[in-house]
Amino acid sequence: MRTHGGSHFGDRAFQWLTLLMALTVFALIALIGYELTRGSGIALRRFGWHFLVSSDWDPVNEQFGAVPFIFGTLVSSAIALLIAVPISIATAVYLTELAPLWLRQPLTMFIELLAAVPSVILGLWGIFVMVPWLREHLFPWLQKTLGFLPFFKGAIYGVSMLAGGIIIAIMIVPIITSVAREILRSVPGLQREAAYALGATRWEVTRIAVLSYAKKGLFGAVILGLGRALGETMAVTMVIGNTPQIVASLFAPGYTLASVVANEFTEATTDTYLSALFEIGLVLLGVTVLVNALAQLLLKTFAGPSVKPQH
Amino acid sequence: MKKLILSLLGGGCLFTAQTGVYAQLLINGAGATFPYPIYSKWFDEYAKVDPSVRFNYQSIGSGGGQKQITAQTVDFGASDGPMSDENLAKAPGKILHIPTVAGADVIAYNLPGNPKLKLNSDVIVNLFLGNITKWNDPKIAALNPGVDLPDLPVIVVHRSDGSGTTFIFTDYLSSISPVWEDTVGKGTSVKWPVGIGGKGNEGVAGQVKQLSGAVGYVELIYAKQNKMPYANVKNAAGNFITPSLDSVTAALAMAKIPDDFRFSMVNAPGDKAYPISGATWLLIYERQKDAAKGKKLVEFLNWALTKGEGMASSLDYASLPESVQQRVLERIKTIKY
Repeated sequence: MRTHGGSHFGDRAFQWLTLLMALTVFALIALIGYELTRGSGIALRRFGWHFLVSSDWDPVNEQFGAVPFIFGTLVSSAIALLIAVPISIATAVYLTELAPLWLRQPLTMFIELLAAVPSVILGLWGIFVMVPWLREHLFPWLQKTLGFLPFFKGAIYGVSMLAGGIIIAIMIVPIITSVAREILRSVPGLQREAAYALGATRWEVTRIAVLSYAKKGLFGAVILGLGRALGETMAVTMVIGNTPQIVASLFAPGYTLASVVANEFTEATTDTYLSALFEIGLVLLGVTVLVNALAQLLLKTFAGPSVKPQH
Repeated sequence: MKKLILSLLGGGCLFTAQTGVYAQLLINGAGATFPYPIYSKWFDEYAKVDPSVRFNYQSIGSGGGQKQITAQTVDFGASDGPMSDENLAKAPGKILHIPTVAGADVIAYNLPGNPKLKLNSDVIVNLFLGNITKWNDPKIAALNPGVDLPDLPVIVVHRSDGSGTTFIFTDYLSSISPVWEDTVGKGTSVKWPVGIGGKGNEGVAGQVKQLSGAVGYVELIYAKQNKMPYANVKNAAGNFITPSLDSVTAALAMAKIPDDFRFSMVNAPGDKAYPISGATWLLIYERQKDAAKGKKLVEFLNWALTKGEGMASSLDYASLPESVQQRVLERIKTIKY
């Protein structure tokens, strides 16, 4: 039989242990930030704030600026979310609320399989299958129907900001769907029954009792997807066209922060050049933190208080 | 299941025991990706010649190779471009450049009917500067009488990742055009005036193959393996040369090579020299810290520069011409250990 003091000690130890684990995550991020700052020392001293407002990326003359890459990262991630969020949430709703029981397991398995495809494979598929299809079919159609918008003007090469966004969307759909599905499953059955009891239709039950109950959790799922979208590298590099420019057309090639590091790090021979690439990493970390903070703020301001789970 | 695990464990023990018997000397190297296939072939073959030494080569890129040899974390480095004076000054000792093999960049394109094109330096530089925007440009037509050139926009495709291939190509463009040298320059990555970037040879080749009107540069080996049409290029002597291993070796034979072997062979003189080519180097300290390793390394270099060179063409690398080979062998004799 345990003494009272012993179990008290156990609780304390448990608490400290979990705290330690939680701190590891924090320490890891701090360490990454520290190392990146150290690595980018030369660039930070030489370019200062100029790095964040300059669009010049010229390794030969050692002029470096991050703006086109920041632009590319934000735009490609935004496209990815725009495509992936509706698909993922709808899939999760179907899987938990509507699909016949026998179909749920196999469908879930397929989605998780998609998450397991290595990004370099997806990238090669992107170059040789997806991009030609986009160039021959989807892009011309978009240009014909929505060509009056600046986003769909200009020459079509296939590799483009839009292709980059689409490939990221394919990569984040499984993550958002899996997490969203778990969240929807954790919505208590009582919620649904109560809504049905009030005479709600299936759509109303899903909307009022399930989705709005799980709002915060779903938002978390989207944030997880966004995190991956911002840092996604290999597949994007293969289809985005790797041209550091800021243009409105989504058919034009773009460039992301992660891509330029992946492309140029191995062959960077001068200290300033290498340091500038480190600073790109630092900027990516900064952008990720900032976007996440902004998203949390958005949630607090617009989503309002959500229903707390109660038992 | 248990049996399987046991037998696996047994096999593992046996394996460790075996490697324990031959105490192999491990020599580590890192660097360029372009010569990786030939280097790994050399190390494989050399293992049969001298089983007491094993080579481990990481193809992490030329930048990494230069950094690691400077930091002495590897026994030898490898690079597709010679080290700069600035980087050499950072090394704790004198680093020798040992040229091993050479390769070429070809101008690959995608035009209806895939005609064989002839290009000169003026056309190539203006294509990549974005000044020639249509394939039926009079400058291209003048070089290719009888070829039906389409009224297609030119789409330039270049490498997006830093690479020796890009270094050779921009080295060539800089050597033939002051405008290019001033506005863009040469390097493993440059600020391209126009075009879209593909990752790796496969990225550039993929885009060129897919886009009608595209033009890009890829390694000769890659273009051959993928059966892409590529241009004959006018060399310094005024002849149009088909890129091939022989025309690269011809360029090497005529290139001006200083005693430290840090040379550029683009636009080399000589009737048969292909102008867009470059060598790749091993980077080795003149004074070896570890006598045993130094001795083995020199033995390997002597083998590679003689027997090894003979294997180059089977993997589509151009070997060193005899004149250069002799000079390099002389140089290897100066390594102290």
